[in-house]
Amino acid sequence: MKILVCISRTPDTTTKIAFTENNTKFDTSGVQWIINPYDEWYALVRAIELKEADPSVVIHLITVGGQDTEAIIRKALALGGDEAIRVNAESHDSFFIASQIAAVARNGGYDLIFTGKETIDYNGAAVGGMVAELLDWPYINQATRFELKGNTAQITREMEGGAEEYEAPLPLVVSCQKGMAEQRIPNMKGIMSARTKPLKVIEPAAADVLTAVSRFDLPPPKAGVKLVAPDQVDELVRLLHEEAKVI
Amino acid sequence: MSVLAFVDTAEGKIKKGSLEALSYASQLAGVLNTRSEALVIGETQEDLTQLGKYGIAKVYHVQNAPSVFDSQLYTKIAADAVSAAGAKVLVFPGTSNGKALAPRLSAKLKAGMVSGVVQLPELNNGFAVKRSVFSGKAFSDVAILTDIKLIVLNPNAWPVSSGEGSAEVIAVQTAHASSALKLLNTSRTSGKVPLTEAEIVVSAGRGMKGPENWGIVEELADVLNAALACSRPVADAHWRPHNEHVGQTGIAIAPNLYIAIGISGAIQHLAGVNRSKTIVVINKDPEAPFFKAADYGIVGDAFEVVPKLTAALKKFKGLS
Ligand SMILES: Cc1cc2nc3c(=O)[nH]c(=O)nc-3n(C[C@H](O)[C@H](O)[C@H](O)COP(=O)(O)OP(=O)(O)OC[C@H]3O[C@@H](n4cnc5c(N)ncnc54)[C@H](O)[C@@H]3O)c2cc1C
Repeated sequence: MKILVCISRTPDTTTKIAFTENNTKFDTSGVQWIINPYDEWYALVRAIELKEADPSVVIHLITVGGQDTEAIIRKALALGGDEAIRVNAESHDSFFIASQIAAVARNGGYDLIFTGKETIDYNGAAVGGMVAELLDWPYINQATRFELKGNTAQITREMEGGAEEYEAPLPLVVSCQKGMAEQRIPNMKGIMSARTKPLKVIEPAAADVLTAVSRFDLPPPKAGVKLVAPDQVDELVRLLHEEAKVI
Repeated sequence: MSVLAFVDTAEGKIKKGSLEALSYASQLAGVLNTRSEALVIGETQEDLTQLGKYGIAKVYHVQNAPSVFDSQLYTKIAADAVSAAGAKVLVFPGTSNGKALAPRLSAKLKAGMVSGVVQLPELNNGFAVKRSVFSGKAFSDVAILTDIKLIVLNPNAWPVSSGEGSAEVIAVQTAHASSALKLLNTSRTSGKVPLTEAEIVVSAGRGMKGPENWGIVEELADVLNAALACSRPVADAHWRPHNEHVGQTGIAIAPNLYIAIGISGAIQHLAGVNRSKTIVVINKDPEAPFFKAADYGIVGDAFEVVPKLTAALKKFKGLS
């Protein structure tokens, strides 16, 4: 069993979002980078759990990014995983990124590819589905449970107003969300061993770019809160009805 | 050429997000001077001529497709429909199925896709779509560079608009009829409004002290016919199921009204709820950061304020 886990680097969740160059670029100055939480807490940790249950499982991590993403890959390797691959390219186009992952996966002998549900910066929720299509594999998104049963998988997927449980053949792409696994803190042994785990750097495959970001905007600031006294709940009801028109 | 909307269904019923996609597709078709059409895959009990009410001229109904949602198979079916319809813009609801299908189809057709879309495209200079990024903390304009364009809407970002009209329904048979997936089980949170579709959401945090105190939160939600949500620590402590966890690492929502009870308003929480149209905060701490993001606020003890608010709403609705 060989699992490829897709790792993306995102700004820390407390980052103040700002833009430069005439609102065309995300301002990365002073930004703390983290592993995209969906990739880390759910996709990677679930893969590690599968390896703990069956030590013959091999886990590879993959990221598409410049050299400055290596700190994040080492962090991921400190949690677990046998080796990592960095595709040396920078892009925010999901199709370009998916093409790189698919190119590695195509000849890598993987049975499973895990991604996070989405990244918390571009929120595209696109890479997993694109990789699956490029490989012509089944794809289950927004998974909250994943169990291996021989050469098939049982997956629970949560969606608007309910859940569905599937049985799917391998190879398979799964995007993971909360429920899949619990967040872990890397231990000292993990951090030490991460330094010596192989990190292979490869050059990108030729791929099309289908979209381009032209500018960013911040939402207009809120007008300010209207406070209502705790014994004036009728007034709040009136405001919600007459002013906000939401009830 | 046409604008084609994908109609996502659950057990044959059209989801709310699909109505948003149909409305968006028709508006866009108006701007582009073309017609809007719809694609329905699998059995449905709905009268599809009624999609005309949302401005749809023609519905392609792929009747013999398996009802189990299999993105691999549905992509092949959808690709056939795209070429049959000569569709140039494809509109998807921001539902779970929409988010599984759109990227696959994008890769299959090598057609650019933008998700989290909140507005009609800007057509002055190419085709640029405004979308939500950084978990609702910013917007970005993204140009789609290919001939065929895929748009995935943000849930609750586009209003459903309906009028008069009847659509022509074309029954389609597909050769892609067998799925590798087996659906073992489906569970519905029955009777309740799905969180991402809800117009009103009542949400509570650690200020509720424990799961045994959720009764007053549920009663408030009941009068408002609202969905329930919670902050992350509440779900992590198993006070509430994790499918109620909203925020940057949970579910992102954009209801008309979001009522936050005993939630401090941490940046990660706000990231998932800041697209709500109106925010009401009930917190005993006047310094709680949530008040800065709120439209209305009550500084007070939730255990006193919430039952009073429920009573006032019952009176307002003529329920007591
Ligand atoms: C990487 C990362 C991702 C995260 N993602 C999320 C996320 O997706 N969603 C999320 O919610 N959080 C998320 N968090 C956690 C977030 O930082 C906060 O810790 C969390 O939102 C706080 O939850 P809370 O407001 O319920 O609890 P607290 O911060 O403990 O706040 C409780 C509030 O209740 C008020 N209160 C107490 N008693 C009463 C009373 N009797 N009446 C009225 N008010 C009362 C208090 O004044 C306080 O403001 C994330 C954190 C990290 C680091």
